[in-house]
Amino acid sequence: MSAFTGTGRLARLALRRDRVRLAIWTLGSPLIGYALAESVASIYPDEQNRVGYAEVANTSVVARAFNGPVASTDLGAVVVTETYLTLAVLAALLSTFAVVRHTRQNEETGRAELLGAAAVGRYALLTAALVVVVGANVLAGALLAVAFVGAGLPAAGSVAAAAAITGVGLAFTGVAAVTAQLSVTSRGANALAAATVGVAFLLRATGDVLGRRAADGVRLDSAWPTWLSPLGWGTQVRAFGNERWWVLALPVALLVVGVAVAYALAERRDVGAGLLAARRGPARAAAGLLSPAGLTWRLHRSALIGWAVAVAVLGLAMGLAGNEVDDMIADNPAAAEAIAQLGGGEELVDAFLAAMLGLFALTIGAYVVQALLRVRGDESDGILEPLLATAVSRTRWLSTQVAGAVLGALTLMLLAGATTGLGYGLAAGDPVGWTVELTGAALLRLPALLVVAGVVTALFGALPRLSVALSWTVLIVFLLLGQLGAALDLPQAALNLSPYTHVPSVPAVDVTVLPLLVLTAVAAALLATGLATFRRRDTPT
Amino acid sequence: MSVIAIENLVKTFGGVRALDGLDLRVEPGEVHGFLGPNGSGKSTTIRILLGLLRRDSGQVRILDGDPWRDAVALHRRLAYVPGDVNLWPNLSGGEAIDLFGALRGGLDRRRRDELLHRFDLDPTKKCRTYSKGNRQKVAIVAAFASDVELYVLDEPTSGLDPLMEAVFQEEVRQLTQAGASVLLSSHVLAEVEALCDRVSIIREGRIVESGTLSELRHLARTTVTVETGRPVTGLTDLPGVHEVRPVDGRVRLEVEPEHLDTLLAHLVRFEVRALTSTPPTLEELFLRHYGDATDGDQPAATGGTR
Repeated sequence: MSAFTGTGRLARLALRRDRVRLAIWTLGSPLIGYALAESVASIYPDEQNRVGYAEVANTSVVARAFNGPVASTDLGAVVVTETYLTLAVLAALLSTFAVVRHTRQNEETGRAELLGAAAVGRYALLTAALVVVVGANVLAGALLAVAFVGAGLPAAGSVAAAAAITGVGLAFTGVAAVTAQLSVTSRGANALAAATVGVAFLLRATGDVLGRRAADGVRLDSAWPTWLSPLGWGTQVRAFGNERWWVLALPVALLVVGVAVAYALAERRDVGAGLLAARRGPARAAAGLLSPAGLTWRLHRSALIGWAVAVAVLGLAMGLAGNEVDDMIADNPAAAEAIAQLGGGEELVDAFLAAMLGLFALTIGAYVVQALLRVRGDESDGILEPLLATAVSRTRWLSTQVAGAVLGALTLMLLAGATTGLGYGLAAGDPVGWTVELTGAALLRLPALLVVAGVVTALFGALPRLSVALSWTVLIVFLLLGQLGAALDLPQAALNLSPYTHVPSVPAVDVTVLPLLVLTAVAAALLATGLATFRRRDTPT
Repeated sequence: MSVIAIENLVKTFGGVRALDGLDLRVEPGEVHGFLGPNGSGKSTTIRILLGLLRRDSGQVRILDGDPWRDAVALHRRLAYVPGDVNLWPNLSGGEAIDLFGALRGGLDRRRRDELLHRFDLDPTKKCRTYSKGNRQKVAIVAAFASDVELYVLDEPTSGLDPLMEAVFQEEVRQLTQAGASVLLSSHVLAEVEALCDRVSIIREGRIVESGTLSELRHLARTTVTVETGRPVTGLTDLPGVHEVRPVDGRVRLEVEPEHLDTLLAHLVRFEVRALTSTPPTLEELFLRHYGDATDGDQPAATGGTR
């Protein structure tokens, strides 16, 4: 029996466990790529548009930081610039979670011990995970190349772009293989790897912001920090430009090094042990923890802080970008129309800012869903039961959770408005005035978020076992109605189903009070339904 | 007045009748053993007592209140240890103990620290790093450090080692000396034998036997082994004597308790040299109700609540 005995069987087991996830991953990423390529092609149809795009994108600090350099004025290069960040970060995170799920999570739950006692070699678990994740990355990449070709882009560039994104996935497969050896918990391993993704993003953004523009005004030569980042390597392939194929060797090298280090670490440690010791906590609870409200804050604290940082950074960036909107889409009526459709109103800048606040409200809807669904997670994990066996009533427990989620959403929404206003004000003048105006505008979107909280609460009360799937489905429907509804010419009756349709798109249009009152009333009715049904039902797992 | 009084309790999950006319009574100051294999309805009963599940029909009183309607008021007066303890992974054990104590209405700090010491539990570790046994200790310490009238323990020691099991038994005795009542669901028969004043055996959602251990023993046969000078005859004709087998020149048999006297009168005529009489163990009592797997009954489901 070798150290690899059983790898094939374990790989099949991993495929069986993840058949749905893997299918969504390998098909979803090409589908997103295809859809984005089509929409970019419709917004930048001719060379003249794209020269303008490339000039702005390679000049604007915000565009450089988020999208990286544009390789050329080919349609494919614009598509890559607009899709790269989304697809690359997706590949990085999906690879990370998959590796950790099939290595450290197995150890944490004790499944690895059970397997290790069977005829399974020391390296089999890690190898099986790597085979599956590398395979998924390569398959997703191949399909993505097909999708780009299908969208009418040249073959060489399509392959280079898909390979660049696959490279990011492979690089972070190597990173996650190591973090899964370091941390004792899968949460910790995921957090370490995700932090590496964040650092890679910052390095690339720094390098691209500090980059020098070539004399022709189109090409951008990134500075050295970009070359330290796996996310930067993908942009340096210059798909649809003068492709530099050799750059693809860098992520493969990182994968090989990561895997070698992971094997070496796996050789030296016990099953279940890590190299980083688990952190300790206080022996006694602080007084602030000892109530349902205190517990709620404690459980949501770190997620809320993470969201707040992300919202603040995005808000500032969007606000700063707002001042460049007029330049970016001058001579491009298609782009202007897309923004006007999302934001409404006459003024392009106002429409842009309103559209950004609308996007924030939708995204923060995901925070509300995620924070509130924790109630269901606690119920199915059996954490809720001993808690309800104390002198805390069901109504008190659930309403505390709802209040926590709503206050979190309020904080994030105010922060989104304030930072967007500040960013725009800093660039366009009058930072105080804009901060106040957009903070108020953001506040007006809260009733839509209250309805989201109401929907989740009502589903949790009435249909606990289905509440997770249904809550996310509802939010995705709201998202699709808001982002695509107008573009697809859906009937108004369908658009009216989403609460986001009814909040006034300030600052693009004037404030109307009635819809806000109606939304709040609907939210209150949903919340009352959730509380009443939860009070009357069993607590199923 | 009973601490727990259940009459004719019925609970169904979908089409499955998890509790089928269950009766249970726990008197003040007693440790009541609640015995039954997995899936027989123990946890379902306890969840109804805690107001976590609604009953379909029947009478349930706990500490003279209605477990569903008066849940919050009742929960200040009782403490619960679940069989499968799950905790918030990012809280430390000490924080979880204090939190449960506070939510129940306060806990005795001195007692908490003493229990931590006795159960040898490190309160600074994060809950996600605890083993099953240590998570159970967290729940036990949180419950036992609360000064309440009733302790509801659902297989509390399934993850504890024998040393900790001994500590657990001492602590339960202390609770009852202080006047508290305990409902102890378990399938560790030695623990029940050591701790319980009375026992109820549940099978397929119904109590099949209930009483003190000696009462229950009285219902079962005593095993007698006897060595005699002359070969014993006529045993099979005696009333209440069963399973007569010769073993190494001795005779082993089972006798119903009320016929022991007749048996002894019969035996003395054959020059008794040695005689041992073994009352049935709890295990034998238990197996009497569960051992005959041949009747093909499926145990009632607990509704997948664990």
